[in-house]
Amino acid sequence: MLGKLLARRRGIVCQQAVELVTDYLEGALSRADRRRFEAHLAACPHCTEYLAQMRKTIALTGTVTTADLSPQMADEFITLYRRWQADPGGEAE
Amino acid sequence: MDQDPDAALLGRLRAGDEQAFVMLVRRHHDAMLHLARGYVPSMAVAEEVVQDTWLGVLRGLSGFEGRSSVRTWLLRILVNRARTAGARERRSVAVSDPEPTVDPSRFDRAGAWAIPPEHWAEQADDRLDAVKLAGRLRSAIDELPGRQREVVTLRDVEGMTSEEVCGVLEISEGNQRVLLHRGRSRLRQILETEFGEA
Repeated sequence: MLGKLLARRRGIVCQQAVELVTDYLEGALSRADRRRFEAHLAACPHCTEYLAQMRKTIALTGTVTTADLSPQMADEFITLYRRWQADPGGEAE
Repeated sequence: MDQDPDAALLGRLRAGDEQAFVMLVRRHHDAMLHLARGYVPSMAVAEEVVQDTWLGVLRGLSGFEGRSSVRTWLLRILVNRARTAGARERRSVAVSDPEPTVDPSRFDRAGAWAIPPEHWAEQADDRLDAVKLAGRLRSAIDELPGRQREVVTLRDVEGMTSEEVCGVLEISEGNQRVLLHRGRSRLRQILETEFGEA
């Protein structure tokens, strides 16, 4: 849908640009659309900021740490392992 | 293959190394839990699914042929089990509806910004405490709709490639991008609110 919209006009507007950010970052835009997107950015400080914010969001999401296994959970997995070793085929479902 | 720590651990596990098993679990446990949670009604059930997955991994050890990465293999087993446990319809994922990711009222009739974003991307690190932000993002991710949460977790928290994510979730590249776009846009909006209040 967006593709058709883009084809119809030469430039894109902010409201379209914000929906293209991920495709742009993923390298999924056609060459023509990428050129339109970049031309829009060059003329629009707000969308430039918006793109920077999306990049920042991705970077910050990457800092979300994953919870480590609690000692109790680790013990449970050791038990799981030993149970499996004692009975690799697994009758005790 | 030797550069992949998972593959090395899997090798040790096959040789009967109990610690290698715990280390492998440790590396993937959190991602598995969050992934499973998207399919089942509670964290308790998600934990069961994860345990069941690892038992399946142990029993299927000889079946892994290295055609995908160990991580993709593990997470696929998990997703299959979580889907069975949750019996959630895959088709219920409507990824095609073109809902805007930015409130339309922020644009004028021509589609240009009427209420442009405040500038914070540059100073983000100075303006808010990193630990607080990470915590806020963690809960925001957990509140995303199921598929968005999965894609954002795997791509942006776990750092997987789009190919890996598509392989694990069995979705197309296009759908993956749509879900990623929605999820990331929502998180940006959350951050905007945080910075607006800072």
